[in-house]
Amino acid sequence: MRLSYPADIRIVRVPCTGKVDLIHILRAFEKGADGVSVVGCMEGDCHYNSGNFRAKKRVAQARQILDTVGIGADRVQMYNLSSSEGPRFARFAEEMAEKIRALGPNPVRAAANQMENQTGGGR
Amino acid sequence: MIVAEKKPMEEIIEEVKRFENILVLGCNECVTVCEAGGKKEVGVLASALRMFFLKQGRKMRIDERTLERQCDPEYLEEIRDVADGYDAVVSLACGVGVQFTAEHYPNLPVYPGVDTCFMGVTEARGMWTERCQGCGRCILASTGGICPVARCAKRLFNGPCGGSSDGKCEIGKDTVCAWQLIIDRLRALGRMEEYERIAPIKDWSTDRAGGPRKIVREDLAP
Repeated sequence: MRLSYPADIRIVRVPCTGKVDLIHILRAFEKGADGVSVVGCMEGDCHYNSGNFRAKKRVAQARQILDTVGIGADRVQMYNLSSSEGPRFARFAEEMAEKIRALGPNPVRAAANQMENQTGGGR
Repeated sequence: MIVAEKKPMEEIIEEVKRFENILVLGCNECVTVCEAGGKKEVGVLASALRMFFLKQGRKMRIDERTLERQCDPEYLEEIRDVADGYDAVVSLACGVGVQFTAEHYPNLPVYPGVDTCFMGVTEARGMWTERCQGCGRCILASTGGICPVARCAKRLFNGPCGGSSDGKCEIGKDTVCAWQLIIDRLRALGRMEEYERIAPIKDWSTDRAGGPRKIVREDLAP
């Protein structure tokens, strides 16, 4: 298909979105990610029955925590598609990248960088 | 197990915001099983706290550790060598663990990270219900293995009361009438004659009414 999608997205492959834990999403932000999208199979089409529903709940939890810590819920998003839908994946990637660009960089990383510059040393 | 619930993060932030070096301390027992204070929850809370304070421009050290138990001295000793390096501990153990940690480290402020709720069972994934109130004198032998102290809103010993209808308690449609359960079970076991026996007045001195409780086993004491 040779579809293009934003190059600033790093793909982390998991066997099923049910494998994605809350801590994985939080660690991504702690390490400086600007946004995280969890892309799972269509609801009702999970090979393991409920993997994508589990992911959906964890994304909801992550959103709540990110709001509390001041990063903002909108930086995490769950998408659903079927594995053969390449164009749809590219569209989701575009959409997410646009959304994150509008939100700007991860405020935690920005704060960490600023502190590092002030103290002139590593964290 | 002892069932607990995670405290709202805002509440924990409020408690620890004045400290610089914090240890988030989990417990591998009950609170791990009810997914409130195990290693996973420690990781999530510590990560969220680190991000929150970093965003505030505060350089804080927030470490993670999970002990086998916080209700036994030998496990609490495992943090002896590092305890001095912290200004505060957020313990995700039940109220017992929080207190015992504080007792072991008198100079270290210990804050609870969970609300300890009751002694209960995992009835279904994500659902825990109360089964025991630790009254100190078990009467399950005469009630078909169903506890009216923990499960009857009125703690009746010769029930049910007039508030039982269609097997539910009058306090709410979601609450099963414990005495309905007792009668159904005694009937199923062919032991209905036990239901006819009037239970004597219970000695509550072994319950909390008799003050904080203590057990000393001479055969085990050193």
